[in-house]
Amino acid sequence: MSAPGSSTSSAAAGEPLLVAEHVTAGYGRDVVLADVSLTVRRGDFLAVLGPNGGGKTTLLKVLLGLLEPWSGRVEHRHSQRGGALGYVPQHATFERSFPARVRDVVLMGRLGRRGLLRRYTRDDRAAAAAALEEVGLTGLSAEPVEELSGGQLQRTLIARALAGDPEILLLDEPLASVDPEMRGRLVRLLGELNRRIPLVVVTHDLTPFGATVRQIACVNRRLHYHPEGKLTREALEEVYGCPVELVSHGVPHRVLAAHP
Amino acid sequence: MLGDLLTYEFLRNALAASVLASVLCGVVGTFVVVKRLVFISGGISHAAFGGLGICLFFGIDPRLGAAAVAVGSALVLSRVEESRSGSRDATIGLLWAVGMAVGVVFLARAPGYAPNLMSYLFGNVLAVSPADVGLTFALATSVLLLLAAFSKELVAVAFDEPFAQVQGVRVGAFRTLLLVMVALSVVFLIQLVGIILVIALLTIPPLAALRLARSFPGVILTSMAVGLVMTVGGLALSYAWDVPSGATMVLLGAVLLLATVAWKRWRGRR
Repeated sequence: MSAPGSSTSSAAAGEPLLVAEHVTAGYGRDVVLADVSLTVRRGDFLAVLGPNGGGKTTLLKVLLGLLEPWSGRVEHRHSQRGGALGYVPQHATFERSFPARVRDVVLMGRLGRRGLLRRYTRDDRAAAAAALEEVGLTGLSAEPVEELSGGQLQRTLIARALAGDPEILLLDEPLASVDPEMRGRLVRLLGELNRRIPLVVVTHDLTPFGATVRQIACVNRRLHYHPEGKLTREALEEVYGCPVELVSHGVPHRVLAAHP
Repeated sequence: MLGDLLTYEFLRNALAASVLASVLCGVVGTFVVVKRLVFISGGISHAAFGGLGICLFFGIDPRLGAAAVAVGSALVLSRVEESRSGSRDATIGLLWAVGMAVGVVFLARAPGYAPNLMSYLFGNVLAVSPADVGLTFALATSVLLLLAAFSKELVAVAFDEPFAQVQGVRVGAFRTLLLVMVALSVVFLIQLVGIILVIALLTIPPLAALRLARSFPGVILTSMAVGLVMTVGGLALSYAWDVPSGATMVLLGAVLLLATVAWKRWRGRR
């Protein structure tokens, strides 16, 4: 069921970078993910869709190694150097008033590349500056993060992950608290990054991503994987095969409306 | 006061302790405020009172007991944080109340010379001994060295723990290090302002500094400066007016904080 005219069919056969096998995970006594398997390959632009509380963020935490699965395993086949696994958290998770300038935050992306007791080097600063340039924030590099808009902060966090020269990038709701105009800009940026870095994007709404997404994983305790995220009728029919909550959530309908 | 300063050793000790305390508070307090460890610090300082009481009862140096209990509480709280069991608040509250109760009971039964409860609750910088000054100096130096060695990890852990962990930083170890630094600082600051007011010394200077400086090192340095004005100025005022030193320091700090808030507002409006 490959999409006609797709230039990405070769990417689907890409080398696996992140492999989750039969993962069951949760908090306390609550199972959030049940027997979930997922492979992220080189070239992928994977959207992880699903209702709130369906386990999207839990899946991300398991993939990042922040949460130990109860059973099953996660294999990291990318290189093991610091920064190879890029992470862009949802920015609501930390203190906005933290005293740091944009460039200080981006420099933290080099943390994994410098061991303990080593200071950031000139190379690190150069990598941070290049990452800021790539997201178009060079002019704000001395600005305190407190003063940034939602979209600027989101791009700062993307730059922080890029500074570590990631081989794979995982983003948690990158379009949340970003105004509609900035959304388009961010999606274009992600599309550009995807030319060299495989992306995993957790989102509750696929609409703004449109055709940039190549694979879709629907998560609601269980995971349904759609290798051709191209919005063909077949793919949509598969999305309809998702758990009922997701359909009632309205995501497939909005997708259909945006791309008839 | 300058003439008295040259004459009386206790005044020189008090001054030295105030300066060292400002340095300590500038560094540790900045982390306490940005990482929201204020309640934890309160729990640790009140738990330390339990250790202090037990040591006085058995005739041991009370600082030993206070330090042991404070560091022990820090380690327990770090573990609780890691398990994410949601019982952190309750554990802190428990340490807070039980530590205080143990301290009061043992202090009441302490043999011989009955130490003044008020001096532990509110501190007395004028009673600081040269040994206290030496210990505070050693602690302040260690804290500064640790900060210099691990600054990038400590700042990253304070800012965004999950990201630091994905980058391969041992977040749990650094969180424990931070809490142990807080615990030891609390024990030494109790000498100056007492158990109840120690929180003021850890929070007021960074809160003011956050309104005046924009970078992390800037906030730390500004905190030290605000702490200096607060402790040394408080000492001078308490000496001049003959009022308790700890409370005077805290009130002066509160006035300084209000002034920075007002200044920031006034500047924002223009």
